[in-house]
Amino acid sequence: MDLPSNKWIVHLLVCCFVVGVNCNSVDKKIYVKLNYTVSCVRLLNATHQIGCQSSLSGNVGVLHVLESEDNLDWVLSSGPNPPYMVILESPLFTRSVMMKLKSGSSRVAGVAVVAPNTNPAGAFSPHTTCPNENSGVYSETYDPAMANCNKTVWNPLGNGLSYEEFDFPIFSLKDDNDTQVIRQCYLDHNRAVNGSRPRYPLCAMQLYSLMFAVTDTATCMRRNDINLSINPEMVCDPLGDYNVWASTRPLNNTAKGHKMWESAVVAAARLDSRSFFFDIAPGAQSGVSGFVALLAAAHALRDVVQEAPPNRTILYTFFQGETFDYIGSSRMVYDMENNQFAVDLDNIHSVLEVGQVGLRNDSKLWLHTDPVSRRNDSVNKEVEDLIANLRLAATNLSVTPEVPTASQPLPPSSFQRFLRARPIPGVVLEDHQSAFTSRFYESMYDNAEYLNVSYPPNLTPEEQLRFVTESAKALTEVATLVARALYRQAGGAETQLVNINADSQTVTQMLYGFLVRTNNSWFQQLIPSDFMSHLTNRPPNLYVGAVQQSSEPTVLVQFLMANLTGSTVNVTQENCQNQREDENDKESRHMYIYMWVQGAVPPNSTQRQGFCVRSTARLSKAVSPAFDLREFTSKDYSTWTESRWKPISGRIFLVASHELEMLTLGVGVGVLLTSLLLTYVISAKADILFSSGREPTNATY
Amino acid sequence: MTASVFFGCTFIAFGPAIALFLFTIAREPLRVIFLIAGAFFWLVSLLLSSLVWFISVQISNKESAAQQKGLLIFGVVLCVLLQETFRFAYYKLLKKANEGLLTLSQEETMPISIRQLAYVSGLGFGFMSGAFSVVNILADSVGPGTVGIHGDSQHYFLSSAFMTMAIILLHMFWGVVFFDACEKQRWWAVGAVVASHLVVSCLTFQNPEYVNSLVPTYVILLLMGVWAFYSAGGSLRNLKLCLTCKDKDFLLANHRPR
Repeated sequence: MDLPSNKWIVHLLVCCFVVGVNCNSVDKKIYVKLNYTVSCVRLLNATHQIGCQSSLSGNVGVLHVLESEDNLDWVLSSGPNPPYMVILESPLFTRSVMMKLKSGSSRVAGVAVVAPNTNPAGAFSPHTTCPNENSGVYSETYDPAMANCNKTVWNPLGNGLSYEEFDFPIFSLKDDNDTQVIRQCYLDHNRAVNGSRPRYPLCAMQLYSLMFAVTDTATCMRRNDINLSINPEMVCDPLGDYNVWASTRPLNNTAKGHKMWESAVVAAARLDSRSFFFDIAPGAQSGVSGFVALLAAAHALRDVVQEAPPNRTILYTFFQGETFDYIGSSRMVYDMENNQFAVDLDNIHSVLEVGQVGLRNDSKLWLHTDPVSRRNDSVNKEVEDLIANLRLAATNLSVTPEVPTASQPLPPSSFQRFLRARPIPGVVLEDHQSAFTSRFYESMYDNAEYLNVSYPPNLTPEEQLRFVTESAKALTEVATLVARALYRQAGGAETQLVNINADSQTVTQMLYGFLVRTNNSWFQQLIPSDFMSHLTNRPPNLYVGAVQQSSEPTVLVQFLMANLTGSTVNVTQENCQNQREDENDKESRHMYIYMWVQGAVPPNSTQRQGFCVRSTARLSKAVSPAFDLREFTSKDYSTWTESRWKPISGRIFLVASHELEMLTLGVGVGVLLTSLLLTYVISAKADILFSSGREPTNATY
Repeated sequence: MTASVFFGCTFIAFGPAIALFLFTIAREPLRVIFLIAGAFFWLVSLLLSSLVWFISVQISNKESAAQQKGLLIFGVVLCVLLQETFRFAYYKLLKKANEGLLTLSQEETMPISIRQLAYVSGLGFGFMSGAFSVVNILADSVGPGTVGIHGDSQHYFLSSAFMTMAIILLHMFWGVVFFDACEKQRWWAVGAVVASHLVVSCLTFQNPEYVNSLVPTYVILLLMGVWAFYSAGGSLRNLKLCLTCKDKDFLLANHRPR
């Protein structure tokens, strides 16, 4: 729109009438809003705050596209228009560049990282080199030689960026039109030709990501409790969600605590992951590969545990929030110790954990064990048995289980939290012998592409869903191995092992669902209709998130677990939703979970045919016990909280020179003073100026 | 841009109007009332024109650019005509009100002359129309950005402010000329006011060539100012007297009782 005039006025009014406040054409002339903005947010624990934040009104800086690390000089010292908003290509998003920017943060307004469409060739892991260093079992008291990753540095590629504190916002931009606009704006306005000063107006960017919480968890939890107004202002929320668990024999979930004559083999996997930016955590290798393998193993065991039930129960557990100091597993162990869970630790026979199993070289699978607990002979014998069972399970499979050096400690795993409570025999399956093979541990590149989940071109989404990829085949082998080993470990007959086979079709569909898009026809069939709106055309975010927000993968895994291990029962929808088999049934709800899922559309119909699934797939709280105990400086339990924030957004625009702004102000003041003076003179002499013979001058003038 | 731009533009756009208000209107309750009534009349005219606009936009074909452009021109012309109609209506109302005031007051003369009424009501129109033209722009000028990311001139705020100043002053002059013309029943002068209002409004179609719209507008402003000066009883002689500071003798000559 143009200058103020009647047409402008009319337009304005119409805008207010028709569209509301958003139709502000002046705003559109000034700002280009960024559509895709993913920010890094502030997290706090007992001692530190990490992440990024902007000032109250957003950080504004002149754009500078960083071409190479040498170019940093312009930003940090020589550039004439600080502060700068630095646009980084992903190869420059390294620790050295970021730390230089952090130390020169008075001249840095913020950073925007352009995420490439294809993964980089090198390695990138913003996580620490020793994940969950202080919350695992290897403390100074447990074995001083193994504390702090003394023996094995698990993530040697980690640069620790995710655990740094930045006092400027850092955003991620997709490499698309938005980014092209930014680059063009930079080229048109800000590029210094031959070292000369770029001329105003300059292109600038503003990033908003104001975080409410500061200092540490204890401080922000205390501030949460200050209720000055009617609506208490929360500043932070504990990280957490729900664990998913199921058992091959139904366990009474109402009667908590020890179950007589019950012995359970725990089959564990982790559900979550993270990356530097809170909204992108694909976690393909670190999370999805493990829990998909375990889901497929549970599916493979469904029939055989009904027909030839083993002596022991298999307890499938999917732990949430493991990235943040083992939130899920520490909570489950805590619940078991305090008789808040369906079984207690005495019922646990052994643990088999499926870790990162997506990338196997030479088809080897490494069986990690804890050398400290194995010093006890009885535990050692149980572990040897478990390893033997795994070896037995691998016969006729293309997977070879191998044992790394006996003195090597366990990699970061949920099993460590069980070991902290007591020496339970257990094995952690991983695809790496010592350090992680993953180049992109807990980063945004740990995605479908990295796991080689790729499809031939020209496939429709439906065909892609059904297409069995090579990675799916490889993962199916792992799932079969896990299933057979679990069956043997639970005391099942060896003769049944050949009947246990994971289904590669199911595995490939799960990989598609968790790595490509959750909104696919298979997932749609397995969920209740009210969950439909949560399915999206992109992979789910595996970041655990704050307690209040339910994490999408958790619920999906529960539905999948229910469908893959449960059975269809002939129950009406009403009874199903009320957790009962019929009107008089009051007992089943203690043993089973009933879900009314929407099912498939029959060929000659448009209505989905729903049915009732009965399973043992339940949710259990995955909130760190530190928050129940209100020990916000706990050294034993996770204390991670996520700050609340104002809406995150970014926009680009031009800034005028200081001279022009001052000129405007000067002209304004000049006009005001001149008119004051002129009016005073004229009004003082009005009677002379406007006197004519006809009208007598009035005293009022 | 920033707060300095906000204040700069506010002072440019409303500086003259504020000065006029402070020195000539604020002291007289009756003038303040007439000023606000004038502003209200302008608002009602805007309400009517926006209603018509609202309906016509709904009817029109939103895809056709030519039609939308035509609609815009139609909206501007309609809005100007409505504003002038309301100015006339306000004049009629003031005449009636003045008669009433005269019968009420104990004094022989009217408490406020029709010339003063013309000036006050014109300024009222100007205030409201200026506020509606520029307040939104001012609100956006507080933000960090300036116009230009899509290639527009960065002098947008400044020229908007100057345009608003011109419009406010023009409304004042138009008010004086219009009321004077109505008093003397010189209908061609009324027509000239309407025509110049139309011209100024249509000049903004020249934007974003700000020079093309601002320069003619200020020429018209100057002409209108001279005309209004003469209609308000000014003359070259008075101006000379005023400038050469012979007003003392003049005062004596007119033997005004103070």
